Amino acid sequence: MPVSPPEAPQQDLPAPTSVQDVSAGLRAVGYLPGESTALVSYLATKLGKPVLVEGPAGVGKTELAKALARYLGRELVRLQCYEGLDEAKALYEWNYRKQLLRIQAEAADTGWSAVQEDIFGEEFLLARPLMTAIASEQPVVLLIDEIDKTDQEFEAMLLEVLSDFQISIPELGRVQSRTHPIVLLTSNNSRELTEALKRRCLYLWLDYPELEHELEIVRLHAPNLDKTVARRLVEVIGMVRALDLKKPPSIAESIDWARALLLLGAQDIDAETFNETMSVIVKHRSDMDVVAERVGLKLGSPADVA
Amino acid sequence: MSPEPGPAPQGAPGAPEGMPARILELGEELRREGVAVGTSELLDAFQVLREISWTSQEDFREALAATLAKSQEDRRIFELVFERFFFRAVELAAAREGVREEDRANLSELTEQELDALRAEIAAALRDGSEGAMRDLARMAIAAFARRQEGSGVIGVDVQRIRRALGLRAEPQPDLPEDDPRHDGLPRDALRRFEALMRRELERSQIERTGNLPPARALGELDRALPSGPLADLAAVHRVVAQLRRRLATQGMQMRGHRRHAHVDVRRTMRASLQTGGVPVELKFRPRRPKRPEIYVLCDVSTSVTSASVFFLSVLHALHDTFRKMRSFVFIERISEVTDIFEHERNFKTVSERIGSDAGVADISGYTDYGRVWSEFLVQVEDDLHPRATVIVLGDARTNGRDPRADIFAQIAARAGRTFWLNPEPRLYWNYGDSVIAAYEEFCKAFECWTTGQLEDFVRALTRPVVAA
Repeated sequence: MPVSPPEAPQQDLPAPTSVQDVSAGLRAVGYLPGESTALVSYLATKLGKPVLVEGPAGVGKTELAKALARYLGRELVRLQCYEGLDEAKALYEWNYRKQLLRIQAEAADTGWSAVQEDIFGEEFLLARPLMTAIASEQPVVLLIDEIDKTDQEFEAMLLEVLSDFQISIPELGRVQSRTHPIVLLTSNNSRELTEALKRRCLYLWLDYPELEHELEIVRLHAPNLDKTVARRLVEVIGMVRALDLKKPPSIAESIDWARALLLLGAQDIDAETFNETMSVIVKHRSDMDVVAERVGLKLGSPADVA
Repeated sequence: MSPEPGPAPQGAPGAPEGMPARILELGEELRREGVAVGTSELLDAFQVLREISWTSQEDFREALAATLAKSQEDRRIFELVFERFFFRAVELAAAREGVREEDRANLSELTEQELDALRAEIAAALRDGSEGAMRDLARMAIAAFARRQEGSGVIGVDVQRIRRALGLRAEPQPDLPEDDPRHDGLPRDALRRFEALMRRELERSQIERTGNLPPARALGELDRALPSGPLADLAAVHRVVAQLRRRLATQGMQMRGHRRHAHVDVRRTMRASLQTGGVPVELKFRPRRPKRPEIYVLCDVSTSVTSASVFFLSVLHALHDTFRKMRSFVFIERISEVTDIFEHERNFKTVSERIGSDAGVADISGYTDYGRVWSEFLVQVEDDLHPRATVIVLGDARTNGRDPRADIFAQIAARAGRTFWLNPEPRLYWNYGDSVIAAYEEFCKAFECWTTGQLEDFVRALTRPVVAA
């Protein structure tokens, strides 16, 4: 059933030939993929199937799309979803104002049919992200961000785009994709997506990374941070995540924290530094109490020793 | 990975034409465990397998997971099924080919010192979390203990016995010397992994002994039963709650789709009309907001059903923003309101303790008195009950021979809009002994509720938006 698209014609792009290629390529543009991330990205480039990326907020779902675009040298087209997003904002819209102007500018004796032919042309079409991605001359990376924020109707509308890479416009006919975009859909898991949509996608679950992996990421983004401090930081973040919090700290927050510590010139993470900078990683009043109580106290003892 | 798991071997082991059949069998197995694997998913799996090398187990598994398991929950089941499926496949082939591992025979009786060395070694491996060392040590441990005493024949029991004999615990053991890795307690997940490895080794030797596979047990109910011990873990609450939240969110969306009596939102329509020169080309409608129910929960916390009650209350409170108003009561002989405790405390264990101590129900005889509970409840909430309120009772309806006073219960049910009874006992035991659920069932809808699945079904029924007529 999934229509495999015609062979992508572009030969000049660096088409990855193995999982290791993709992994190395993503690393080169500053994104450290986990094993499954690299594999699924590779399959996406190879098979041209959309990828549904799920996981907690801030584990690099959106970043993955950006990195893929950078690595493949493609343009990134982003569609940010929100409740109430409709076709006019996602696919295309007729430029009413321009059409009105066109009609008003028309001499009185032009026939209706001539005007009608004219105002429903491509000139009066406002392309929105999905349309842009499909109609683009160059292959792009299409990011449909936070798909779980939209309604089910919108998901259904996406199906045509995702499986056949075409859009039907009643007045113009069908717009077929000229090139094959790589599509990433991200979801924060706030609701169950429809089976129909899931069926068309490869599935990638991104979770908080393992300790070593996160350490690598932190060191990549804050290279000047002392090695032992970085390790300590990642360990503390791990401890904080293990607590039952409203919003556990994400990777983005560990990086922010690393940068904050760097600015402060911290030599070690003791209870005092932790309490002062905790607000970088914990963003809820009640969470802060819990964290200060459970983690802050534990940190106290090594500081006394040091 | 290629040998034949099925009872009817077709084709030589390792022949490429065997593989598609294996994948199909895996898909079949996943379906049995409740993962929705469609034909298109299987086609995708084949397509994906053409692109990766099969020799790397990681890649192979990830590729299959990406196409077959499309949610986190499915992924969890996939891991379990995948492990079991290919493990069994390999083992059966080995048993059929007569491949045996002889090396375990040369492990002679261990002396007490050697055993201590083994203990220390295992503890160190657990602390460092090295998978390879743990696998080897699991084998040695099993071999060592198999020689000391007979196995019980039940794998789970054996695993726990060996773990205890090795003194492996997650809690710190302060009486051990400082440098012993067990002194500060071992990492919990390493311990769990080690247990899994031992379990697998035991299974392997069992298959080797009998030359056949034990019957496959469905993963389902065992993994999904409600936590019953007092240590009932937070993870289970979280899992159920996370899933419920997601399902509920979806449900709201579905309801929003039904625009039966849509009201035009004049303000938004006017705004939209500016685009078309003041002509309202597009009508904007007011979104439908599903009505949220108002809930009164009454939970029995006598010893027989405590953990089920606390679990249920935690789930409901975690979902509290789905309800308009929620008040919870616990009872044994008398009732007492616990709404505040749940509002201020999110830790499952603390909640259970506080219900035991502060809630003022601990100091009485410990026998449930339903008659008294109904009358007290009616006095407390009589004025608040109205046809839009929902009353939920969780209890086993065992009155210890006292008067059930179904007449007062009937009054409560008459005042409230909906009344539900959740019974944590399987339906089979209802109305046996002192269980009087039949007396109450006339006035309410009774559900059995002893697995997370049943609980989920119930909460879904409960939170289904009531569409006002």
